[in-house]
Amino acid sequence: MNFVLIFLIVIFSSSLFFYGKSKTKSISIERNIKLNALPKFYGYYLVLWSSIPALVFLLVWSLFEPVIIKSIIIETAANQGAIFNDKNEANLIYEKIKAIHLGTYFGDIDTILKESAISYSKFLNIFTNSKIVLIFVTIIASVIFSLKKIKNNNKAREDVEKILKGLLFVSSLIAILTTLGIIFSLLFESIKFFSVINIFDYLFGTNWSPQRAFIRDASAITAAEYDELRDAFGFVPLIAGTSFIAFIAMFVAVPIGLFSGIYMAEYASYKIRRISKPIIEILAGIPTVVYGFFAALTVGPFFRQIGESIGLTVSSESALAAGLIMGIMIIPYISSLSDDVINSVPQSLRDGSYAVGATKSETIKQVVIPAALPGIIGSVLLAVSRAIGETMIVVMAAGLAANLTINPLESTTTITTQIVMILVGDQEFDSPKTQSAFALGLTLFVATLILNYIAQRAVKKYREKYD
Amino acid sequence: MTKEQRLKKRHAAEKRFRLYGLTSILVALVFVLILVNNIFSKGSSAFMKTVINVEVFFDPELIEIENGAPEENIREADFYDITIETLLKAYPAKNLDEENELIDLFTTDAEIEIKKAFLENNNLIGKKINLEITASDDIDQLHKGNYPRNLPEDRRRISNFQLKIYDNLLKNNKINKNFNNYFFNNGDSRDPELAGIGGALVGSFYSIIICLLLAFPVAVLASIYLEEFAPKNKITDFIEININNLAAVPSIVYGLLALQILLATIQLPRSTPLVAGITLALMTLPRIIIPCRASLKAVPPSIREGALAVGASKFQSVFHHVVPLSLPGTLSGTIIGLAQALGETAPLILIGMVAFVVDIPSTPIDPSSSLPVQVYLWSESAERGFVEKTSATIMMLLSFLIVMNFIAVYLRQKFEKRWN
Repeated sequence: MNFVLIFLIVIFSSSLFFYGKSKTKSISIERNIKLNALPKFYGYYLVLWSSIPALVFLLVWSLFEPVIIKSIIIETAANQGAIFNDKNEANLIYEKIKAIHLGTYFGDIDTILKESAISYSKFLNIFTNSKIVLIFVTIIASVIFSLKKIKNNNKAREDVEKILKGLLFVSSLIAILTTLGIIFSLLFESIKFFSVINIFDYLFGTNWSPQRAFIRDASAITAAEYDELRDAFGFVPLIAGTSFIAFIAMFVAVPIGLFSGIYMAEYASYKIRRISKPIIEILAGIPTVVYGFFAALTVGPFFRQIGESIGLTVSSESALAAGLIMGIMIIPYISSLSDDVINSVPQSLRDGSYAVGATKSETIKQVVIPAALPGIIGSVLLAVSRAIGETMIVVMAAGLAANLTINPLESTTTITTQIVMILVGDQEFDSPKTQSAFALGLTLFVATLILNYIAQRAVKKYREKYD
Repeated sequence: MTKEQRLKKRHAAEKRFRLYGLTSILVALVFVLILVNNIFSKGSSAFMKTVINVEVFFDPELIEIENGAPEENIREADFYDITIETLLKAYPAKNLDEENELIDLFTTDAEIEIKKAFLENNNLIGKKINLEITASDDIDQLHKGNYPRNLPEDRRRISNFQLKIYDNLLKNNKINKNFNNYFFNNGDSRDPELAGIGGALVGSFYSIIICLLLAFPVAVLASIYLEEFAPKNKITDFIEININNLAAVPSIVYGLLALQILLATIQLPRSTPLVAGITLALMTLPRIIIPCRASLKAVPPSIREGALAVGASKFQSVFHHVVPLSLPGTLSGTIIGLAQALGETAPLILIGMVAFVVDIPSTPIDPSSSLPVQVYLWSESAERGFVEKTSATIMMLLSFLIVMNFIAVYLRQKFEKRWN
């Protein structure tokens, strides 16, 4: 339905282009006046005015229509005597009514449901008809308005540019809207979560086992259940596991990435640079699920074999395998950023060092790297934020049980793994278990935001110093 | 320590330092090689499937249809008896257990394959034809050499009797390898020999197209605004900071966003390429805006000034001159952003694309999977046959990514103007 409407609006308004063009031409001949813009701009003006208000109207309408219809239907059903205790049951009844209307419901239908379904289709009809009428009115009103402007020989080009500029501005606002959406959706569920679970129990609890939190109705829990809940959502094992795996990853990535960045910037000939740089960047382009597969099916079992042969028990899902592979994934982030940073250290610093007799490596170690340090630290911090936000490698290779351990051969879990484990498949909304995933997401979001902010500040400060 | 010794030491340190750098690069290179080699050696066999040659006799007593029957009758007809009869003829089985083991050598879709052969030429009643029937996953893996034969019987999925049949068939040249059409045409399946990436391919395709349609125009318009028109004030500063932060937000957070806003609030259908496309578009948007802005910035001011000097408006100078000149960089940035989106898994898992979908989606609002999610799903499966399927899916995914990146590099090198 909406697609047909959009199609019709687009067809209609683009046909107005030709009308606007010829109309203004004939006006200029009739009244013998000089037009304020090329005729085609009058065409564009009409097209924009006839389409944008109608499309915006349609968008707003389609966003609110389902919500309004739903509240009306639930209310009428309640008036007719349907009984529901909470939001979930109301939703269920609404879905049933919808299914009856569509003819896809095969359960028992009582009179209340039947009546509601009839009133549902009635409301749907009313809404659809009024939508069409209102869109029609919008189009007519905006076309009359713009035609009047055209007849007065307005400055069409400037007006068109103003509208387009508005469009450009709106597009750039989408970034803000996305951020707001993220914050809103994370906060919304997290607040519900923290109204059940004390934030300090969450931050300092040492036991993470959300599968124990099967209590459905969060508003009416007993004291025993509450104790159980308090104990089930301890964040400490997750942050420990996350930092531990990130630490192993950085242990691999920082030396390799930094040294290859230094080599690329200071030693490599143009030829070597041209070949090796893209190959290292391939590492950044490989999807993380591929790394996860490799870590889980090749590296994990390989470590276990080695461990067995020297008499160690290595879990096949070990922090070591996940961290190692994650480190390799991160190499290019560190190497290319530190390559850039080192390249922008002014040559005069190096020349000064050479002049007092230092070798190249001494110059790098004692002059270039200290000068580039803020930038390098920035790139490492960015890499850390990558590591803690990385999901697929740890989901596939690091294990699910929340062990509080510092043995890299055991399995550990991370924030991202737990989010995936909680939300994969069907979830019941409004249970603390589901909400805890959003609380974890919020924690992750805030943590990466802080890391990125510091890193970007560091890199920017450094750039300003040498620009 | 004498002067010479010290100098020697310093030079040795210099050499060592250089070696560290070279080693690091080599480590990265070697890892790329190991990874690619590992995936290719595991996956390349998935493009072939093992077939067993059998003789099918369309016994008129076992089928209720006649030669020249209309197609819908054949589709409804029962070919089960004929199938069992055919499969049992492959090797003499003595008792019911052995018969079951014999039938287990063939795919569970053997009946469908026989029916299909009949459909292609529907006057076969009373005739005998030779048909190649897909082997079961265990035989397939055994034939490809991925399955160790020398384990004790109770630790093998294939019994001694089945091994005997296999050897016998092999000796009589009844076992062949054919191109694995199921891998490309089928959706997901619990049986590895029938599982394919058809559904995942279509799902990924729809998701990426939707992502492109949403992200590309918005990203280009937004970067034009920020680079060319935006006044330097608090609002634009705020937008800039926002974009930079969004580009670094972990992808899984976008999954949570989609779950809460797209699925719970707007109630779009779960597990569909539509939701996946919108999610990926939100995620890709900042990652496209950044290279777009860079390529707009790379157009020298003289172009703008030249246009303004001959009387163009600010808008005309931007849209007639700056934007076309920045297009190669913009497009290559977009393609690289899309390539990243194509390999993205975590947010798609959260919006339910892990559902088991057998049918190939026909529209973007049908439940579907996508290539990286299929990799995740299959890598969790225990059957040995899925390992090669997963690796082959990765090969497909990587080859798409390589092609996209090559196009991006080509566009940039071929069409981008150098301004100095």
